Amino acid sequence: MQSSRPGPVLLILAMAVALFLLMPLIAVVPVSFTPARFLSMPSDTLSLRHYQALIDNPAWAHSILLSLRIGILSSFIATLLATLFGLGIWMYQPRFSALLIGFVLLPLIVPPVVSAMTLYFLMTTLSAFNDWIGYDTWIGVALAHAVMITPFAVVLILVALYQVDRRIDLAARGLGAGLATRAFKVIVPNIKFGIATAALLSFVLSWEEIGVTLFITSVNAITLPRLMWMGLRDNIDPAIAAISVLLIIVTAIILALGMIVGKRRRDVH
Amino acid sequence: MIAKSSGKLLLLAPLLLFLGLAYVVPFLGIVRWSFTLPEPGIGQYRAVFSDPLVQSVFLRTLRICLVVTAASLLAAYAIAYVWVRGTRLQRMLAEFCILVPFWISVLTRAFGWLALLSNRGLINTWLEAAGITSEPLALARNELGVIIGMTHFLIPFAVFPIASAMRSIDERVLLAARGMGASRSRIFWTVFVPLTSGGLIGAALIVFVFALGFFVTPAILGGGRSVMVAELVYLRIFQSPDWGLGAAISVILVLFIGVLLAMMRRFIKPAHLVG
Repeated sequence: MQSSRPGPVLLILAMAVALFLLMPLIAVVPVSFTPARFLSMPSDTLSLRHYQALIDNPAWAHSILLSLRIGILSSFIATLLATLFGLGIWMYQPRFSALLIGFVLLPLIVPPVVSAMTLYFLMTTLSAFNDWIGYDTWIGVALAHAVMITPFAVVLILVALYQVDRRIDLAARGLGAGLATRAFKVIVPNIKFGIATAALLSFVLSWEEIGVTLFITSVNAITLPRLMWMGLRDNIDPAIAAISVLLIIVTAIILALGMIVGKRRRDVH
Repeated sequence: MIAKSSGKLLLLAPLLLFLGLAYVVPFLGIVRWSFTLPEPGIGQYRAVFSDPLVQSVFLRTLRICLVVTAASLLAAYAIAYVWVRGTRLQRMLAEFCILVPFWISVLTRAFGWLALLSNRGLINTWLEAAGITSEPLALARNELGVIIGMTHFLIPFAVFPIASAMRSIDERVLLAARGMGASRSRIFWTVFVPLTSGGLIGAALIVFVFALGFFVTPAILGGGRSVMVAELVYLRIFQSPDWGLGAAISVILVLFIGVLLAMMRRFIKPAHLVG
């Protein structure tokens, strides 16, 4: 490793890239303190009015609660289905594994706009039969999100499974364990970190999903990204800056914690 | 034998059924739309290939995607190198800079770029305060803004396959090159880079395919002026209801990506999609 540390040219280039990656996240901070009603840099006074607006306007709280609910349900569906599927692939190694995996990755590979149209078709069809699951309902949005995020969950769980030592499963089988015992008492405990990561990533992806949500909601199921989108398209509302700052802080903290925990885990093993 | 296959079904079927019913079947509905709306026939496909507006959108999309792919690969290579081969501190900083944007929503990031690039944004405010420019530069609401925003979104996706290729390089090959007297830059260009070419191609494919289907970033940073294919579908469905054309474009996009990926499938590893 020591033989080829990055040289000065690469280091400078990488620093430029790092700056480029962080720049837009930093830029929203000053904008969020502008006293003006439009997107601008604060010149001499700072103001918290846009943070106040987040509290005063109940639409923000509504959409945050709705996004939480949708995120939890869709992450649960995606993680459950992906875990079962991953176990099936790992335990039975079916002949067409690659094809099956390719199939479940479709929603990730197909352009988001096509997925959005597809799910729009699904939701309007479902709406013809019931009021609960379908266009512009929260369960409908959660189902659509589950479709979109399952591929990510599958990949994370497969990656975790490939690190499991097959001999522990053989040992369990040799000792007479049935399918359920092998799957849920032997293998799942060994990939619980992968499952947790999959659930967390699924939640975050649903929490911030906008492409599909735009197509399948109109007035009732206004998720947080949907509300932000409305503030971004017409006249840019600096309240978006305030909510963005909060989201960035929460993400950075969770990620920093995750990195520390991950490091410790790697040190233990 | 029966027990074995039933267990396999029990585990595999739920997800396959879910995606089959919630994704594949409705997609067939879209395919049907493309042949039936507004009237039965292949008129919509003919329109896609003859309408100069649609064609100019396709060309612009291709151009933007190529530029974005090249820029993302270059940026990703530099930061991936530091992430894989830097000192402990450099590795941690690089990881932070790669993962934080990856986990933050596309909307927040596009908004961040608006805050930087728009007429009253950070960059124009500074340039004017410093007396360098007298009127704001047009940095956003045009193609430049779209390219910047998309590159920013896609760099992490390019980093993962490249970093994975860099990690799997056998250190002894580099040592051998050094032992035979090759200079640092020679080792980098003639040994290291070629050994990562698989990762580079995989990264290029992922970035290009993702870029093709983008519409949130272009819609915000392009300001309706440099419409890309995905945004065109969105506009055809919600602004000038022309569902048949939107559906036909969707089907063509899926076919195009399917062929591209089928040709290049050996370069794609699913694990690369999440780092």
